Amino acid sequence: MHELSIIASLFELLEEKAAEKGSKKIISVRLQVGKLSGVVPEFLISAFDMYKKNTIAHDAKIEIEEVPLKIQCKTCTKTMIKDDFVFICPDCGSQDLKTLTGTELLLEKMELEL
Amino acid sequence: MKKKEILVLEDLLGSNKKIASDIREQLTQKGILTINLMSSPGAGKTTLLERIAEHLKPKYRMAVIEGDIETERDAERIRAKGIPAWQIITGGACHLEAKMIGKLFSEIPPDLDFLFIENVGNLVCPASYDLGENIRCVLLSVPEGDDKPKKYPKAFTTSDCLILTKTDLLPLMPFDSERALKEAQEINPKLHIFLTSSLKDLGIEELIEFFISTRQKLLNQNA
Repeated sequence: MHELSIIASLFELLEEKAAEKGSKKIISVRLQVGKLSGVVPEFLISAFDMYKKNTIAHDAKIEIEEVPLKIQCKTCTKTMIKDDFVFICPDCGSQDLKTLTGTELLLEKMELEL
Repeated sequence: MKKKEILVLEDLLGSNKKIASDIREQLTQKGILTINLMSSPGAGKTTLLERIAEHLKPKYRMAVIEGDIETERDAERIRAKGIPAWQIITGGACHLEAKMIGKLFSEIPPDLDFLFIENVGNLVCPASYDLGENIRCVLLSVPEGDDKPKKYPKAFTTSDCLILTKTDLLPLMPFDSERALKEAQEINPKLHIFLTSSLKDLGIEELIEFFISTRQKLLNQNA
């Protein structure tokens, strides 16, 4: 349950970006959360809604794009989506794999009132 | 009222990663190998550190940063072994963050060989936070059960070492070591695996050899 700590970091970033643009109100926020990011999207949403009171994002909506865990086999070059966290290529059995997506925890974009 | 959408694409843990990489760079330059220990509460992190201290103390200088939600108990146990230890009391937070290590930075003696960081007992949250370590170890104790690697994949995918602890209990418990290790290696084929019992002093020497050789590589890179 470190989602609240992550939301606290998100707000540091949001306030910094809003200040750069001279905005005093954030309308919406969109995150990318990978399957292997170690956080639970619905807890992030609850933490955001709790944290936003009395901030420049008090009316803001949050949207989360869940990013699948996508792996590429370095031996046979096959790419695959993984749900089971078994890092073995189902085609050639190689364990030499590269993670393409699924570890992100990003502020993708935000909408500001100017 | 005007609206404007801006594309950011910045890592929410970016500031933690930045602090962690500064810590790693500075400690590495001093020839200090930093090791982050993660596990569930009660897996035996502090007892393992007590045993490691006994083995390392005659030849090497080590120190320990202890992370706990409350109490100074773990740091006191380490100090009782004659090893410098700092206690970070998180007051509720379920993990350590790089900035907490950064606050202690000026107190860390520059002539250390090894710095161990014992994370808050939790197999979930600590996995998301780089603390500036060179080696990350996840401990799994026999009484926890052999099904943990797949249940807590992030702790195992982000670690360099898996230390199975309390192996002296294997004859008494329905713990399938083969299954646990196989599943851990499926999640992370690069894991170095160590079977240990702090109580019986088993496997500790192999683990320490690994730390010593990794530190030697670090010194060679520095040279």
